[in-house]
Amino acid sequence: MSGMIPAVLISMAVNGSTQAHEVEPRTLLVQFLRDVWGLTGTKVGCDTSSCGACTVLVDSESVKSCTMLAAQADGASITTIEGLGDAGWHPVQNAFHTEHGLQCGFCTAGMVMAAVSFLAENPDPTERDVRLGLEGNLCRCTGYHNIVKAVLKAAESMKVTP
Amino acid sequence: MIPAAFDYVRADSIDAATTALAEYGEDAKLLAGGMSLLPLMKLRLAVPSVLIDVGRLTDLTYVKDAGDHLAIGALTRHRYLETSTVLAEQCGVLRAVAAEVGDNQVRHRGTLGGSVAHGDPASDLPAVLLALDATFVARSPNGERTIKSRDFFVGFLETALNPDEMLTEIRVPKVGHTGYAYEKFNRRAQDWAIVGALATVVDGATRVSLVNMGTTPLRATAVEKALAEGAAPSAAAEFAAESTDPSSDVTATAEYRKHLARVLVRRALERVAA
Repeated sequence: MSGMIPAVLISMAVNGSTQAHEVEPRTLLVQFLRDVWGLTGTKVGCDTSSCGACTVLVDSESVKSCTMLAAQADGASITTIEGLGDAGWHPVQNAFHTEHGLQCGFCTAGMVMAAVSFLAENPDPTERDVRLGLEGNLCRCTGYHNIVKAVLKAAESMKVTP
Repeated sequence: MIPAAFDYVRADSIDAATTALAEYGEDAKLLAGGMSLLPLMKLRLAVPSVLIDVGRLTDLTYVKDAGDHLAIGALTRHRYLETSTVLAEQCGVLRAVAAEVGDNQVRHRGTLGGSVAHGDPASDLPAVLLALDATFVARSPNGERTIKSRDFFVGFLETALNPDEMLTEIRVPKVGHTGYAYEKFNRRAQDWAIVGALATVVDGATRVSLVNMGTTPLRATAVEKALAEGAAPSAAAEFAAESTDPSSDVTATAEYRKHLARVLVRRALERVAA
């Protein structure tokens, strides 16, 4: 293998602001967001694409950012937990607050991002739909009950105020 | 965990991808969604020196009615399959099993072609394609050829694709939307199948295939034969582990996998018969 791997120049919009950076090809999207952009709301949990703590939106769809290269996201539009609410909190964040959909909080950013994407695809889910829809996100406190309640509540509130 | 360093090449056409494959040889890997390859690279179980990113070849995202079969572009993502009305009407079993791959996040990125070309016997969709006698289209700088599914899966993470070939299309028969059941057994919701069993009815005959019961996806031919000879589902399912050679690992012993195969095949057959 060659000693020096050429960097790749990538440009993407993160939470509405666009920047270009040179990165090593092997840079993971989650590293890029945390270390280059300084957006540490996105967590590294299992680092094996099981737990979903690193979930962000890539062109509005939930993705595990520990299992995507930053170079793959070149040209994409990324939303992290920091960029979710336009002014104040997103309805899903509000619902996690009022339903106490968290215990230690480590999985929360990923849960919220996964829920936002899930609700965009399933605006009127049943409880079972929510549980299946969040199967890619693990809560190490096993606090799923209130998380499911929060997502159901968010679905209701988003119907009233679209 | 960070993958070992590699050179990154972005292909803007199929020709560019196969030319790059021919140039870099066996050290290069194609990157589609990355849902199977990147985890292996992070664990350093795969250490390609060049990644050729074909993820932007959106021309290869489609499910088309091609007359006597459906043609599916290799870069069609699981989420697309899951929501495709053409697939739901013409090949319901593939749509249904696509909806069981990984989780939402994985299905947003993972592609059918990537799953097939990766050749992991624990993947769900290759077993469906094997049961359906699907055909795979491979392109190289020298042209195009088709490979039947029964010849395609050669070994663990090994397919009949040559180092300079790219899988471009998957062709599946139109089997409608009735008569299938997929039983997937795992310990955590989104995990790979410890064992999976698919039963699907094609032209009045029941076909059975197995996930993770050897180095490749397998047809349970002894079960199919017993059914064709009139055996009841529970009796036919007893043959499910015949000619299989499952591995033992942290999730299950080989013996337990054989037990699971018999149980899951029985459940799948009973659901299809119901």
